[in-house]
Amino acid sequence: MSDVALNENMPNDALPRTAPKRFLGPAAWARENLFSTWWSTAITLALAYLLIRYAVSFVDWAFVNAIWTVPYNAAGQPDASACRDNKGIGACWAIIADKHRFILFGTYPYDEHWRPLLVCMLFVGLYIVSAMRRFWNWRLAVIWAVTLTAIGILMWGGVFGLTYVPQERWGGLPITLILATFGLAFAFPLAILVALGRRSQLPAIKALCVLYVELIRGVPLISLLFMASVMFPLFLPEGINIDKLLRAQIAIILFAGAYLAEVVRGGLQALPKGQYEAADALGLSYWKKTGLIILPQALRLVIPPLVNTFIGFFKDTSLVLIIGIFDLLTAGKTALIEPQWQGFGVEVYITLGLIYFIFCFAMSQYSAGLEAEFNRHRRR
Amino acid sequence: MTTPKRHILAGAFGAAAILATALPAVAQQRPAQQPAAPAAQAQPAPAAQPQQQATAPSGSTIDAIRARGTLVCGVTTGLAGFAAPNSQGVWAGFDVDYCKAVAIALFNDANRVRYVPTTAQNRFTALQSGEVDMLARNTTWTLSRDTSLGFDFGGINFFDGQGFMVKRALNVQNARQLDGATVCVQPGTTTEQNLADWARGARIQIRPVVIERLEDNVAAYIAGRCDAYTTDVSGLASTRAVQQNPNDHVILPDVISKEPLGPLVRHGDQRFADLVRWVHFGLVAAEEFGVTSQNVQEMAQNDPRPEVQRMLGRTGGLGQMLGVDNLWMINIIRTLGNYGEMFERNLTPIGLQRGPNALWTTPGGLQYAPPFR
Repeated sequence: MSDVALNENMPNDALPRTAPKRFLGPAAWARENLFSTWWSTAITLALAYLLIRYAVSFVDWAFVNAIWTVPYNAAGQPDASACRDNKGIGACWAIIADKHRFILFGTYPYDEHWRPLLVCMLFVGLYIVSAMRRFWNWRLAVIWAVTLTAIGILMWGGVFGLTYVPQERWGGLPITLILATFGLAFAFPLAILVALGRRSQLPAIKALCVLYVELIRGVPLISLLFMASVMFPLFLPEGINIDKLLRAQIAIILFAGAYLAEVVRGGLQALPKGQYEAADALGLSYWKKTGLIILPQALRLVIPPLVNTFIGFFKDTSLVLIIGIFDLLTAGKTALIEPQWQGFGVEVYITLGLIYFIFCFAMSQYSAGLEAEFNRHRRR
Repeated sequence: MTTPKRHILAGAFGAAAILATALPAVAQQRPAQQPAAPAAQAQPAPAAQPQQQATAPSGSTIDAIRARGTLVCGVTTGLAGFAAPNSQGVWAGFDVDYCKAVAIALFNDANRVRYVPTTAQNRFTALQSGEVDMLARNTTWTLSRDTSLGFDFGGINFFDGQGFMVKRALNVQNARQLDGATVCVQPGTTTEQNLADWARGARIQIRPVVIERLEDNVAAYIAGRCDAYTTDVSGLASTRAVQQNPNDHVILPDVISKEPLGPLVRHGDQRFADLVRWVHFGLVAAEEFGVTSQNVQEMAQNDPRPEVQRMLGRTGGLGQMLGVDNLWMINIIRTLGNYGEMFERNLTPIGLQRGPNALWTTPGGLQYAPPFR
């Protein structure tokens, strides 16, 4: 109450005034940061010139001079000669117009493309729901189970009047999302267990976890995929074939698990010893201590490196191209093989880059928000 | 703050538990490929035990394919003209037509094929492990692949050879002038080794630039990263045809290797190997006899030549000897045409000439089919 009284007694002319105009606004900011000295001014001007010059030529290439459609001949074959003449002058987005369904869905039967489309939307919906905190309880598990079952039914078919589509016809974005989602959903719990095991007092468990992490981290992902795809089938008896996608999926889970385990272990080690001792003093069992005290704090600490690893693995799924699985990147590359479209790789790669960017940027933005929210108590 | 945090964990563990129960559904169920095969069928690891060859009971592959209802055919992950998915995601090409031809012989249905894309590295394992029934994946027939890898080649459907392409501006006339040149080459194929072997034999220095993807190889060559680009002449021709100015590039006359390409199957199943072999011979013979997709029905009715009558199943029962319907060749030709039609449909548009792949009746042609009797 006392400060209110103080304010009332204050004379009007003592009210805080805003700073003078020349210290505010974008002009002042530019003067401060861009034109403070003569060499700063020179660098600013040089960079602005380059930026504008390349931005203008990019806009010219990508939009102004671009070719959006090409004529089709009687046989339904596109005629890309207009694009070929325009090469180096303007982009040929006609390749995307012609090939977008192949790039997104690969060799999935053309008439059934609504199914992988629905699968992609289900995946995005699943990510959004999983991101909302009000679903962070038992309902989330149910939602995941229902959605993943629906995704499986949609992709394979064979029931409810859907035609059966074998796995080798799947391709494009659904493959990338399946590999990334399943890979990280399984790798994360595995990683937590391995990280806990590595800090365990029991020598056998500790040795096992250290061996697993060091073994997997010691080889590149590409060689794990090779082993899964080339060597593993030779050890199986003839006639038994484990699905190629599943083999790659397991390799990715094992690999991601080892990396995430080290990230989680970093969080565990960053916690002050007092937290462990306080939990012990309360008489909590090991699992209660870990679940209630240690992990919630440890995981919060490692959100940035976790998301870093997630984003890395989302993109690493494109390595499955070496074992002949048509993920998004491979489908894009394969779209370039048709003779009339050879040489328009830049357009396809820009499109693919945009798709990857949307997913990765969404992940990083979400994690930034999550981090800010969880660390609110630390802000002074 | 602990409650929401606990919920993260609960959510993560819960989701994982549900996922774990859903996993077995991911394992694709597939009928056993070799129902009657004993343990002897297991193929040795490549190069590890070159001597030990499997001797499987005959007929098992065909029976397995029949039981499954589809032929599983290994193809490339995409090579213009030979096998590539089109904008609708449907596989098409010269090799794909061979898969279709075998499927028609077995089922009289070109759609009963599953195409498994294989890379240069995993193609042989896929065939050895039974993941695919046959490979139609422009694979060069070599002694070691025929023996120690344990395969049978069903003839040569495309005679190829490794050559060089250079920019016309370089004014190079033959390959021996490439001493000291940088050459773009793809790894993991016979191409790389041929280049090294040839350079040693010709006593010249070649600096190979090894780039994994065909597309990137071409880009590097066009950008001037390499003086020359080497691969099979068929690949050079198709690359040259799609350049902005094909005349800026020259394919040198030297062919430094023999690359006979053909479909292949596992060792130890002669009946299936015979079928693949005679499907190829049938296509070649059909061209020689002038049987095309247009006139096949009429020829079967009216052609007086006994060999045509036998091939088209009017007499002789040749199909039954192979274990398929006697009308097998009629069905194949009606749908796909003869060898020449397949070549024209798939390979002529990418700029390939018949060259050595012409019939033996034309000078320089090598395609020859043994008699149908």
